[in-house]
Order: sequence, then C-alpha cells, then structure tokens
Amino acid sequence: MGKTLFEKIWEKHVVKQIEGGPSVFYIDKHFIHEVTSPQAFTGLNKRGIKVFRPEQTIATADHNVPTLNQHLPIKEELSRLQVEALKKNCAEHGVELYGLGHPFQGIVHVIGPELGITQPGMTIVCGDSHTSTHGAFGAIAFGIGTSEVEMVMATQCLLQSKPKLMRINIEGVLNEAVVSKDIILYIISKISASGATGYFVEYAGSAIRSLSMEARMTICNMSIEMGARGGMIAPDETTFHYIKGKTFAPQGEAWNHKLVYWKTLYTDADAKFDNEINIDAADIEPMITYGTNPGMGIGVTQKIPTADTVNENDRSGLSKSLAYMGLQEGAAIKGQKIDYVFIGSCTNSRIEDLRMVASFVKGKKKAAEVEVWIVPGSKQVEKQAIEEGIDKIFADAGFMLRQPGCSACLGMNEDKIPSGKYCISTSNRNFEGRQGAGARTLLASPLTAAAAAITGKVTDVRELISNTNQ
Amino acid sequence: MSIPLNIIKSCFVPLNIENVDTDQIIPARFLKATTKEGFGKNLFRDWRYENNDETKPKKGFVLNNPLYSGEILVAAKNFGCGSSREHAAWALKDYGFKAIVSSFFADIFKNNALNNGLLPVQVSDHFLQKIFSAIAKNPEAELEIDLEKQTIKLLDHSKHSSAEETFEINPYKKTCLLNGFDDIDYLLSLKKDIENFERSYTL
Repeated sequence: MGKTLFEKIWEKHVVKQIEGGPSVFYIDKHFIHEVTSPQAFTGLNKRGIKVFRPEQTIATADHNVPTLNQHLPIKEELSRLQVEALKKNCAEHGVELYGLGHPFQGIVHVIGPELGITQPGMTIVCGDSHTSTHGAFGAIAFGIGTSEVEMVMATQCLLQSKPKLMRINIEGVLNEAVVSKDIILYIISKISASGATGYFVEYAGSAIRSLSMEARMTICNMSIEMGARGGMIAPDETTFHYIKGKTFAPQGEAWNHKLVYWKTLYTDADAKFDNEINIDAADIEPMITYGTNPGMGIGVTQKIPTADTVNENDRSGLSKSLAYMGLQEGAAIKGQKIDYVFIGSCTNSRIEDLRMVASFVKGKKKAAEVEVWIVPGSKQVEKQAIEEGIDKIFADAGFMLRQPGCSACLGMNEDKIPSGKYCISTSNRNFEGRQGAGARTLLASPLTAAAAAITGKVTDVRELISNTNQ
Repeated sequence: MSIPLNIIKSCFVPLNIENVDTDQIIPARFLKATTKEGFGKNLFRDWRYENNDETKPKKGFVLNNPLYSGEILVAAKNFGCGSSREHAAWALKDYGFKAIVSSFFADIFKNNALNNGLLPVQVSDHFLQKIFSAIAKNPEAELEIDLEKQTIKLLDHSKHSSAEETFEINPYKKTCLLNGFDDIDYLLSLKKDIENFERSYTL
C-alpha cells in the first residue's frame, strides 16, 4: 500500500519507537517566542544544560510587543521584562534572535516562510498552536506546550504518538471574491471546532492547487480551529518557486539536490486515510462568523442559525454565544454594525493580504465611525508595503498601518478591542474576550473585512466590487 | 520529577459548558509572567469576576458557588481547545485541581495536562451526563479516579459506587504519572540514540 505525505515525512523522523508508547520524534526547526519560552529556559537552567541544537532554533518577539513606536522601550513593565528575558536567554544559549528592531522581526509564522527557513519535508514545532501554518510547504508542523518546548530545547526531540490522518479535498473553481480564508472558515463551519481533533489533515484538490503559497498558509494556519494537530499541503511548483532565492533557501547544487527529494513528497494514489471529506469549491461564498468559536460561521448572505436548526447538544452553546455577541438567532448577519476592523495576525498579514486590501480600497474612504488597524506580519512585509505605496493607499482611506506583531489577534499587548464593541477581524479566533475582555469578534477574509471598513457594517464584498466595475 | 498520581477521590466542580477554550481558562493578558507559579488566581478570570474586579465575583459562575469544591473539574466536551498555552494547565493545577473529566479533550491541552501531572480523564457522553445529573441532585457527590486500574467511579450519598467506567490512557504516560517521571528525563537518557540518528540522517 502507498504512503501518505504525512507518513513519508513522519517515518523519516522517528529516532526510536517506544514499545506500546509514543515515538521519539526528531524536530528539524524549532521556532520560539517570548511568551511560551521563558519557563522552558528556566527548566534547562535548573537542569544545568544548554539548548542542544541552537542552530536549529530561531527566536522572535511577536506576541507581546507594541505595534506603535517600536523604537522606544516597551512601556508596560511585564511585557518589557518578558521580551528582555527572551533576549537574555537567547544570548546565553546561542540562539539567533530576530527581536524588535531587527529587519527580520515579525510574527513567527510569517517570518519562517518568508526567510526560506520553512521547507518541504521538515518537522517544525513552536510553542504556538498556529504552527500548523508551515504545513503549507509540505512539512509536519504543529504547536506544542512549554514542557515540550523544553524537551525540544534539551534534546531536539519530542515524544509523539502518530495521529489519525484525514484528507479534505476541495475541487472546482472558487466563486468571485472567495479567497482562502473563506475556504477554511467554510470547512470549519461544516465539520465544527472539534471535528478534526486527533487528526492531522492534508488539504488537496484542484481549488487548493490553484492557490498561492500565502493563501495556502492561511488554510493550514486554521487547522487547529477544527481541533486538528496540524494541516499540510503537498509541495508543487508553486511551493518551489516561492522558496527559491529566499534568504535561507538552499542554493546551487544544494537546491538541485533538495528539489529531487521535495518532488517525492506527495500522497501516493493508493494511500489510505482514516477519514476523507470532499467539498465543492462552488458551494463556498464569502464567510463570516457570528458566534464564539470558529466553527460558528455562515456565508455572508445567510442568516444566523436558530435553536431548532442546530443539534440538541449545541443549543445551550448557541444561546450562550449569541448572548455574548449581542446577536439574534435567525437574524441576517449582513448589515450588522461594526466598530473596529483588524487586518493582521499569522492568518492574514502577509503582503498578498495587504495587496488584496489595498487594491480593493484604493480611492475609497473608511466609514467615519470605524477604526481600522492594519498590522503587517513582519518588518519585511511592512517594508514591502511601503515600497509598493500600499501605505499611502491605506492612509488615504483612513486606515492605520501599524508595526509588526500579533497585536489584536489575542489582545496581549495594548491593542485591545473595548468591551461590547464589534470587530471584524482577519485573525483566527472569535473566543469570548480573545481580542479584549467583552470584545465581540467576527472572523472574515481581508476582503470582507475591508468592505466592512468602507461601509461600517457587515457587507457582501461582491456588491461593492460590482459597483466598482460599473 | 513531579508528584506521583494514583487515586484521586474528591467532590467535584461541574462546568457544564462545551468548547471551553484556553483563552477562557487563562486570558492572554495574564501570560506575561516568566515563571509557572501563581496562575490559579486568574483561572477563568473573565467568567469569574465582573469587570475584572476580584471583589465582584459573578454569582452564576460555578467556581464562585460555595456548593461546589474539590480536586476534580468536570467539563462538557472539547475542553481545552484553542491556544497551546501551557499556562492553562498551570492555572488549573495551581488552583488545586488534580484531574479534569470531560467527554472530549483538545489534543495540545491533553498533552500539556499530562506533562504537568494533571490527569485528563475522558469518559463517554453518557457517563458525563450521569455525573452532571448526580451533582444536580446532590452537590456532595464524589468521584473516585484510580489511575492504576484506569477506572472512574461516581459515588452516591452513602459513598457507594453508583456508576463506573474505565478510561484510556497511553501506557507510557500512565507509567510516568504513577511514578512522577517526566519526558525530559527520559529523552535526555536517549542522547546517544539521538546523536546516532542525526549522523545517519539527511533531509
């Protein structure tokens, strides 16, 4: 029987199989950041050991950094201490740090790919659940807890049991204004926020193959939002073209050598999955969430579900969510007033996201009462946006271009949405209080978010696009 | 090394909410610490207090209800979804919980709990409903979890077992918990194997 993409990479990284237990699993790249690493460094120091393979460890400061005035010392004391601890720990253990002020600084899942560190066939971990992003390159990438961060620092290995495997096939051509964020929100709305728990997912099919690398990253990024350990896409010419020439990409003979290997990384025709789901791309419209988990999403033209249409067990969840969101069952989501727009996060803060927003808003102005934050994923994205004049388009529209970081995706720094306010956000989680205590989050694509910025309410972006074309 | 676990017999706190995510267990603004201690006071912070004010506990929230206490938290399905923050496991442990019972756990949370000697016990939906109905009738109902035997018992008024179920746990993890071993000690003991692997391995 043939092998899946996952199995090919998995088998190459098993150091040892413990009888009746997990595998000792080798990790190629370990990304670390300021929030989930300090306790792991403390653990190493207590044991009197150093990071085992510092050259395979890459650090950045992203979760807890301000997104304005990054050249000044961080005002908030605890945040400053955490960022300083990362600096000290990296220096003591010989780990490269792309900290504030460094031209490579940015959200950990944005910088890995854009620097060419993330490559097909690798195993990649980070103390962050959105590490699944790197799976877009045909890598096994997943989030880990701090104890596991310490394990990888100490031994470059983890103890892992092989997950079940699921394939999600999306065939066909996407509708107008439907982008990769809509695809993943649609999938999660169909299989629920726990529908893939225990699985590692491979995304396949013609609709996936047609996507750019950055669009593929958006899909793999949100795998965890349906419970999956990770998500991956087989590498192809789009992948190789994206990596070639990047700062840390292989070059010359090494490139040719890698390419031969990378081209073997696909799921064999006769390989078996534990579960397989088929989706028709034509069924997907621009998506938006109305509730407090990412599975609570609908097409922008649809109505919020009513209690009698959901499964009995989900009723209390629906009413609790809608009470928090201040929304009514059975009501249209289109037309819902918005106070904030957040375009950023490891899901949607790459240059293509910013270009998509800029080309849509060029010549338009934001609604007066709406506040719009654009937070680029990295210094490189920020620099490129400025070089392309995208910053001016945003300024003319009344959008605020801030500096790189995780920002209002998780509200750890000062970028918080006030209690009770509605934020249409390109991030990945709409949990209660995620963007600030009492904040109400509606997840959507950068296009749908940009449309809401212009009208001040949830809008079907297709209506604005056709107006523009007339 | 952590403290070995075996039998946990205690009253329990019923949290009959599905999809409890780690942002609820410990909101991001409390992740600025660089140590593992002290997260318990902010456990379920925004469900526990009005306007983030410790002097104003929310009456409807189960941790504020004097009827319920104990070393076991019982939650509805998909507990611990979302962020990988291990701070969620640290907060539950620091608050005093030794085991979490649910019909379904998110993967990363489950690992984080096991790595901190906090036992995740996955039961059937049916058994979970029995636990919730039992405590609705009798707030002093107890659970007895036996890790060695992999059993969970619901104890009634007279402390007799009124229902019992077995639960699954990875045998390796079970040995670790029973003995207080940790994965890092084990992995460090394999240093030679890892170095040999690296020598023979090309990507």
